[in-house]
Amino acid sequence: MSAAFLQVRGLTRRWSPGAKPVFENVSFALERGEFVCIIGHSGCGKTTILNILAGLDEASGGEVIMDGREVSGPSLDRGVVFQGHALMPWLTVRRNIGFAVKSRWPDWNREKVDAHCQKYIDLVRLTGNEDKKPSALSGGMKQRVGIARAFAIQPKMLLLDEPFGALDALTRGAIQDELTSICAETHQTVFMITHDVDEAILLADRILLMTNGPQARIAEIVVNTLPRVRSRHDIHHHPHYYRLRNHLVDFLVHRSKLLQEGREDEAANERLPRVVMPGLADHEIVPGDAAERLPALKQVK
Amino acid sequence: MSVRARSAILSLLLLAVFLAAWHLATLPRAESGASVDPEYAKLMGLDKPKSDGMPTPAQLAGTAWKQLSDPFYDAGSNDKGIGIQLAYSLGRVGLGFGLAALVAIPLGFLIGLSPLAYGALNPFIQVLKPISPLAWMPLALYTIKDSTISSIFVIFICSIWPMLINTAHGVASVRRDWLNVAKTLEAGTVRTAFQVILPAAAPTILTGMRISMGIAWLVIVAAEMLVGNLGVGYFVWNEWNNLSLSNVIFAIGVIGVVGMLLDLAFGALQRAVTYVE
Repeated sequence: MSAAFLQVRGLTRRWSPGAKPVFENVSFALERGEFVCIIGHSGCGKTTILNILAGLDEASGGEVIMDGREVSGPSLDRGVVFQGHALMPWLTVRRNIGFAVKSRWPDWNREKVDAHCQKYIDLVRLTGNEDKKPSALSGGMKQRVGIARAFAIQPKMLLLDEPFGALDALTRGAIQDELTSICAETHQTVFMITHDVDEAILLADRILLMTNGPQARIAEIVVNTLPRVRSRHDIHHHPHYYRLRNHLVDFLVHRSKLLQEGREDEAANERLPRVVMPGLADHEIVPGDAAERLPALKQVK
Repeated sequence: MSVRARSAILSLLLLAVFLAAWHLATLPRAESGASVDPEYAKLMGLDKPKSDGMPTPAQLAGTAWKQLSDPFYDAGSNDKGIGIQLAYSLGRVGLGFGLAALVAIPLGFLIGLSPLAYGALNPFIQVLKPISPLAWMPLALYTIKDSTISSIFVIFICSIWPMLINTAHGVASVRRDWLNVAKTLEAGTVRTAFQVILPAAAPTILTGMRISMGIAWLVIVAAEMLVGNLGVGYFVWNEWNNLSLSNVIFAIGVIGVVGMLLDLAFGALQRAVTYVE
């Protein structure tokens, strides 16, 4: 088995030396083209993990290796979509994306930059809004610009920090669909933070579950057992949907806290997070690619 | 009728009331001592309507008309048109303010970027800021030995603080998100400074510049009264020595109008760089 595209090993973060770590011994891996969501309660350090992956924060311990190289500092190889869209309000939509494009290809002339921007503006269906300032856009449109900006630099990997958190359900659904189709087209590797269980089920191939902080860790890696091509409209009719959903909700409501409190006893035998595939009974497990590359599968329910 | 139109009418009404009151208050008083010998009265100038020196609105209008119809006349060192005086004052303010901006904005930028520099320089700024700029005048005159340059220095020293503090504050409070965007895009230091931090802090910087310009215009009048030779401040003082109150009042009006225009100009600049989040 070749090394995974992104490897995170033993990541730990303390705010000050000697303090209790926010999270510790966080290890996981992402394959190329995989979409992984991370779920956990506020304060478990999800955003900090994402910032470390982005190179905006430094880990107190552990390492991140992407594409065979250690991650140290920000890089154009990793596109980030920020929680609060983070568009520059004094620039138009085109110039906001253009700022990123110009960073990626400094030698490009104006026409080439504009043409490239236009491609991604069209991709997120904002055609006709190129010359608007962010203040003239709705929340959903702003987030689309943020997504277009991240995609426009054609990064090797995309990091999304709760990109749809501030959007209403309808807008969120529409942009989720767009994100799915863009990711499918570009075979983008994505790491995304979310609070929304349904969003994770819809988008993710695997879902990382974190215990509560401090001393948070990844307790489980849940493999999405629903078919890869999922649609918002009928996903909830799939027989596995509620079993998967209940497993996630159950984790968030009860076990995330219990695991944190009882972690001393478990620390010895649970150095690595267990992998679960909720929704499938024993005889239903088909050796798919997810099952193959993850050793020591443990079954629940 | 809109509120705007109504307030304009009210403004005009207030002006009319003010002018009427002024007119009535400055009417020549009838002399009560009529028993004086006419010859003696003529000799003493008592036959002319007596005035206490305060001009009537009409007299002021006459003075204003005379001054404004020939603003650039030059009849010797103590008798120059208001246009020339204004040009000198504006030139000094422009120089002092411009130099202050050249120092304060880059320095404020550095202070804003570095919490260390901010902490180290803040005590000095806090002590220097409340000093009346005119208190520097003797020191300036002693070291520079030139009254014009001294007045420019005084403008410089009074304009620098609001710009410095506002620039530092604006730069220090640029949203982390925008800086993070620049970082993840591997934008260089210079590019980040000019394309992210500068536009983000521009409204705050312009606020500082606007405050500085206001202070500079207040201070130049006082400075010119002290150092003399030219400028609106000197003009006011010179006309006071000439006991020409109508020229003094006219100059006061001009100072006010020019100050307002400067403020409007900076207000327009400020609006141009302001962004809606």
